[in-house]
Amino acid sequence: MAGEAVSAREAILTRIRAAQGRQGAEPDATQLERVRATIARHEAGPLPGNARNADPVAKFRAECDRVGTTHAEVGSIDAVPAEVARYLRANNLEARVAAWHEFAELDWTAAGVAVDDRPANPNDRTGLTGCFCTIAETGTLLLLSSPATPKVTALLPETHLCVASKSRLVNTMEDSFALLRRERGEPPRATFFVSGPSRTADIEQTIVIGAHGPYRVHVILIP
Amino acid sequence: MRVQSMFFKKNATEKLDDAVLQRNLRTAKGKFVDGRAKAVAEIDEWEAIRTHAAALRDRALADLDAYLVEFERNAIRRGTVVHWAQTAQEACAIAVEIARANGVRKVTKSKSMVSEEVNLNERLEEAGIEVIETDLGEYILQLAHEPPSHIVAPAVHKSKEQVAELFEAAHKKPRLTDIAQMTREAREALRDHFLTADMGISGSNFVIAETGTTLTVTNEGNADMVTTLPRIHCVITGIEKVIPTLEDFATLIRLLPRSAIGQTIGNYLTLTTGVKGPGDTDGPEQMHVILVDAGRSKFVGTEMQSMLRCIRCGACMNHCPVYQNVGGHAYGWVYPGPMGSVLTPVYVGIENAGDLPNAATFCGECAVVCPVKIPLPDLMRKLREQQFNERLRPWTERFAIRAWSYAARRPKLYALLTRFAAEFGARLGGREKLIHYWPGLDGWTRGRDIPAPEGRTFRELYRERLRAPWRVKP
Repeated sequence: MAGEAVSAREAILTRIRAAQGRQGAEPDATQLERVRATIARHEAGPLPGNARNADPVAKFRAECDRVGTTHAEVGSIDAVPAEVARYLRANNLEARVAAWHEFAELDWTAAGVAVDDRPANPNDRTGLTGCFCTIAETGTLLLLSSPATPKVTALLPETHLCVASKSRLVNTMEDSFALLRRERGEPPRATFFVSGPSRTADIEQTIVIGAHGPYRVHVILIP
Repeated sequence: MRVQSMFFKKNATEKLDDAVLQRNLRTAKGKFVDGRAKAVAEIDEWEAIRTHAAALRDRALADLDAYLVEFERNAIRRGTVVHWAQTAQEACAIAVEIARANGVRKVTKSKSMVSEEVNLNERLEEAGIEVIETDLGEYILQLAHEPPSHIVAPAVHKSKEQVAELFEAAHKKPRLTDIAQMTREAREALRDHFLTADMGISGSNFVIAETGTTLTVTNEGNADMVTTLPRIHCVITGIEKVIPTLEDFATLIRLLPRSAIGQTIGNYLTLTTGVKGPGDTDGPEQMHVILVDAGRSKFVGTEMQSMLRCIRCGACMNHCPVYQNVGGHAYGWVYPGPMGSVLTPVYVGIENAGDLPNAATFCGECAVVCPVKIPLPDLMRKLREQQFNERLRPWTERFAIRAWSYAARRPKLYALLTRFAAEFGARLGGREKLIHYWPGLDGWTRGRDIPAPEGRTFRELYRERLRAPWRVKP
């Protein structure tokens, strides 16, 4: 198997290189240098005018409306439990969430919400996550996987609540990648962009919300 | 999927007579075409972004070997096993071997056209492995034992009633007719599979050399289940999918969902890079990427290389008058519409797909809407030339083209013949000025009328105008 795989690699690369007028299977040093230099430039393409925002928060909220993500703004992180309680009540949902560890210490008792400090499992109805940053252009939440930030909490429950800081709102996906490089060096195992609840239009192009992932995505903006 | 492209004419005729299909295609057409137009109009820099995207795809293809090697290096660094497959058979053998070596019994799949291309499901099932398609459209087709008819909306040819029938038989529950309820039922049926599969197989819209990353774009979130929950994640993708950087992905994702279905972005995009780390509670223990050639390298370095820019949005088929009327199955292989009319003959051999480059009106709309500016009509024309030169078209057609070419190079003869044809056409058209039947062109006149010529040729009018311009009405 391994032997075959190596020869397929050589055969494919040799064929490509022959078609490009080059010899052998391995790219030479100059070529690799050129390719790495191109990568290192991280050249961004032209940005649409509507991605350069005077008011990124307003743009973010408008784009959330468009993709079906609901949103609320609270004055501080301490106000998150009350907003979660309000949202769950308003949507007739059980007052229980599986939450990322970073939110376990908030005062949930006063808000009357039970919190499970563990990754969500398939029986959980609501998952509470934070996010790495948010993107105004498309109303997108960017979540990064890590031991403390399991992706399943945003994926398995029917309701996904997400706490997002306005101070970490960027204009474009390009900006989010620059932030990622600056703070983490390179992408983690899963770099997960969420723009609205799960949907499908596979039966007669009729849009149905809640295909396999969440039916509801609600963002709670904090300062 | 077996190649049936040599039967295009026969298939197309059948599809034109299929009333249910015709209704479903008409519904879909409006949504795709209008949706794209609206989404594109919102962006003032659309043309500049397209130009940049075409250039960045070309740049990656010009150094395809080096970008692949760079991708491989970074993927391995992150714990991914990279495999290379020259053919469909090799690709399947690798996937089956990964499954066997790990005692895999059940595979969940998110939509991948490459896996359709190489018949992966069939090969896995032969090896005793259960395969579950999880994209709702693909799931419907798996129940119907049919191939996809569209690369973005695989079950676009099916009506609600047809789906209801399939679900009733498969789920053994009372028949539903409400689309939302039907979707809910499928969600529940598939949930269990997501949670119990040993291996997830996905495609990858692009692979990123910089970081060794593969990625999925879905609205349903099914690819996220498939790439997060099972202990093994296997990606099957084409060698042409490599792009240099994350920024390149940001550019291309502005084009892809807008061109495909008129959305600003897919609901769930995930970049997957390597295996779960220490302390991670989710993510696969093994990640494999199978880089598939299977005909792609035949485009490299040729005048048809621009076809490899394709980002699989489906805009060309959505806007193609031929696709709009016959649907995807008539094309007889995985890739329908204009993109398929170029890909199929090259991948499977032009002798097996002779009608496809001719299944076009050359209206040019596919090139107009293509987000990465692939000159699809030009590429089809090159394939037509190749067919002509290799004598792969019927002798009658080749004779007619040769006769035309002979006459066209002799102006006096050409003038005489066109004058004769114009007069003959005018007479055939009669008072209605419509030709119902033209001898020898019955393929043209069977379903429509040709407007009759006025009786004089362009050259006659032109000459007259030169001689006495005041006598010719503008």
